Amino acid sequence: MNDALLEVRNLSVDFHTARGTVHAVKQISWSVGRGETLAILGESGSGKSVSASAVMNLLDMPPAHIVEGEILFGGQDLLKVSYEEHRALNGKRIAMIFQDPLSHFNPVYSVGWQIIETMTAHGRPADQARARALELIARVGIPDPEAALHKYPHQFSGGQRQRLMIAMALMLKPDILIADEPTTALDVTIQAEVLALLKELQRETGMGLVLITHDLGVVAEIADRVVVMSKGEIVEQGTPREVYHAAKHPYTRQLIGAAHGKGEINILDIASPVLLEVKSLCKTYGAFTALNDVSLTLHRGQSLAVVGESGSGKSTLARAILRLEGVDSGQAVWKGRDLIGMTARDVLGMRREIQMVFQDPTQSLNPRMSVYQIISEGWDIHGLMPDRTARQAKVAELLEQVGLAPEHARRYPHQFSGGQRQRIAIARALALEPELIICDEAVSALDVSIQAQVIALLDGLRQRLGISFLFIAHDLGVVRDFADTVLVMKAGQIVESGPTGQIFSASQHPYTQKLLAANLDPDPDVQAQRRLRASDG
Amino acid sequence: MTKLIGQRAVASLLSLLVLMVLVFFLSRLTGDPAVLFLPIDATEEMKEQFRVLHGLDRPLLEQFNQYVLDLLQFDFGDSLRKARPALDLVLEAYAWTLPLALLTMTFVITAAIILGSLAAFKVGGFFDRLVSIVSLVGASAPDFWIAIVAIMVFSLSLGWLPTSGVGSVAHWILPMAVLFIRPFGLIVQVVRSSMLSAQSSAYVKTARAKGVKNLRLIFIHTLRNGMLPVITVIGDQAAAMLNGAVIVETIFGFPGVGKLMIDSILQRDFNVVLAAILVTAVAIFLMNILIDIAYGLLDPRIRQ
Repeated sequence: MNDALLEVRNLSVDFHTARGTVHAVKQISWSVGRGETLAILGESGSGKSVSASAVMNLLDMPPAHIVEGEILFGGQDLLKVSYEEHRALNGKRIAMIFQDPLSHFNPVYSVGWQIIETMTAHGRPADQARARALELIARVGIPDPEAALHKYPHQFSGGQRQRLMIAMALMLKPDILIADEPTTALDVTIQAEVLALLKELQRETGMGLVLITHDLGVVAEIADRVVVMSKGEIVEQGTPREVYHAAKHPYTRQLIGAAHGKGEINILDIASPVLLEVKSLCKTYGAFTALNDVSLTLHRGQSLAVVGESGSGKSTLARAILRLEGVDSGQAVWKGRDLIGMTARDVLGMRREIQMVFQDPTQSLNPRMSVYQIISEGWDIHGLMPDRTARQAKVAELLEQVGLAPEHARRYPHQFSGGQRQRIAIARALALEPELIICDEAVSALDVSIQAQVIALLDGLRQRLGISFLFIAHDLGVVRDFADTVLVMKAGQIVESGPTGQIFSASQHPYTQKLLAANLDPDPDVQAQRRLRASDG
Repeated sequence: MTKLIGQRAVASLLSLLVLMVLVFFLSRLTGDPAVLFLPIDATEEMKEQFRVLHGLDRPLLEQFNQYVLDLLQFDFGDSLRKARPALDLVLEAYAWTLPLALLTMTFVITAAIILGSLAAFKVGGFFDRLVSIVSLVGASAPDFWIAIVAIMVFSLSLGWLPTSGVGSVAHWILPMAVLFIRPFGLIVQVVRSSMLSAQSSAYVKTARAKGVKNLRLIFIHTLRNGMLPVITVIGDQAAAMLNGAVIVETIFGFPGVGKLMIDSILQRDFNVVLAAILVTAVAIFLMNILIDIAYGLLDPRIRQ
């Protein structure tokens, strides 16, 4: 493109680590023009953030080392300018926002102080900066800007924090805004709002937007052009439509194929016996209602999805069923016995039958225990499988069942990738031959293609072993390919429930419809139609 | 925040009470003061007279009751040895210990924060290594040994500084220097690692992306966050110093509360021991409140 504002040419960056040199990006080139949105799409480890960090001079050197390339901006090569010249550009001409706005705000200074600093750091007078901050805080949709100025980051919600982060970045009307996974940590409805805000602000200011994401839906919604990265290289580029409909590279095709929401929908076998029946569970924390009259029925071999945004009570429900949390009233009948009134000894037996897989396998697996120890620990707790040889054989079998190799038993969690770790967590759950596995956001932290693999694994286990699943997720798209029944929760209540097909094609409740609409489709045409309909409506 | 401090105050009062009871009875276990105070050839009659005079002949519980009643009127009783109010002796000693502790801690904190921050700024550099070695030696060398070597070198060989006692500014230098070493070694290491983790935090990345200058990055964005764990260690070390630096004060003949305490214990001067312990406990309690307030000032998340 000739009118490129920012252009990365043949950039190669290596990371020198203790285990050798990693070629983080290899000869990549991209550019972004005024008013244009470029998406850099890739999964974790693809190097999608490296070039943006190089643009902002945020790479720590060492271990990073720029091997070759140019970053052209305003007629100069950013890789050749001095530290001070680069600093003067950062925040003023090129700004950046990040994935997790809570950790990217300084916790000990007020939000106003930090937003104002963007201008004072570049020599603008404080009163001018204050006025601009108030204007922008109002513009990004935060109520009562004057009060917001004096509040601290932890006093805002995730979506508000990201809005404030955007305000902070736009203080000096930069030419380029780089957004690194800006909506990944947010609920789908909030994600839609933040993306819409970014687009509006771009129209108003004409800035170039570089959006780094792993989500095809985000690309379909917002990008003018997209570059697809894999293993440090750009494997595909073009408009989102070209890339989605006519992908040339196998990796892109695989990525598009892995996008959820396209497969066949599971159908519940009503004839199978009821395993768990939850009746009118209620739970309050002070004035906050976490569960409000929640009831559900789960059959053997069923995959029941509970969908809701943060704070909807879906995790409290899981914790209540496992008796990790008390409830105010209600019943949970597990194979004819009420879990809520069970004695502590019976609870232990029940916990063997109901296992849980958590969201973040990096945190839920003890880093000091080998895979063998992790998987066999449950047998110690429940006094099962005393024979060591039998245990070793069973661990090997379980590892194969989840798609890992028997020799992985001797390794430690840090030696695995995120997807593999989640497989270990699943093997651990399977070790106790449970009848129900509760998956609390079990695939949310994984890359899209890994998500698809893990879901396929779970579905296989369900069919082969007849295990039931209670699948908790904030993302409707993920559950479509796995669940046969969907419950939608909002503010502690089930607002809608029904067979998956019905929820997706003929939802009744406005909240479900809102969730569905906010759930971005990887197909740019579908997203374009939705936008058109939204603007008509 | 006020609620937090209120809770701390109540908890501390309770522990003061427990401490008082423990110290009263434990000190009585060390033996009979009459044996130490009277000449070796004192008759049983003289000893009995001594006990009656000081109320030591009465049942233990009765002594304790009297003690508590007196305490409520801030009467700690008299020192057996000096025949003066025990509290006066302790407060006089504190007039020496407090400036020694405060001055030393001020030097320690200033030096540790500046040197620790700079060491963290360029990890693995010459300065970083130097600070690491010095602090490791400082944190691990025994202070009685350092004190004796310091006296040999600076007082005996070089003759620059007095060996012990008080009276001039020069008398303060060796005790302060010896007291300085260990807390400095510990705190500088905590500052360094705490600053390191604060530096690699996400908000520092944001600040760099905003174009914030380096010095501001270190001393405004990083330092305040990095100070949070440091404050805990500072409180710990300061508490140890308020306790009176028993060894250092004894070696240098410094009339502080540590020396007073050890002398009184050796002489079974119960009233002074009790007074010294309770006053020290109150001082440590006040300092902990200061630490809590400092925490609240630095971190808005704690204020709520």
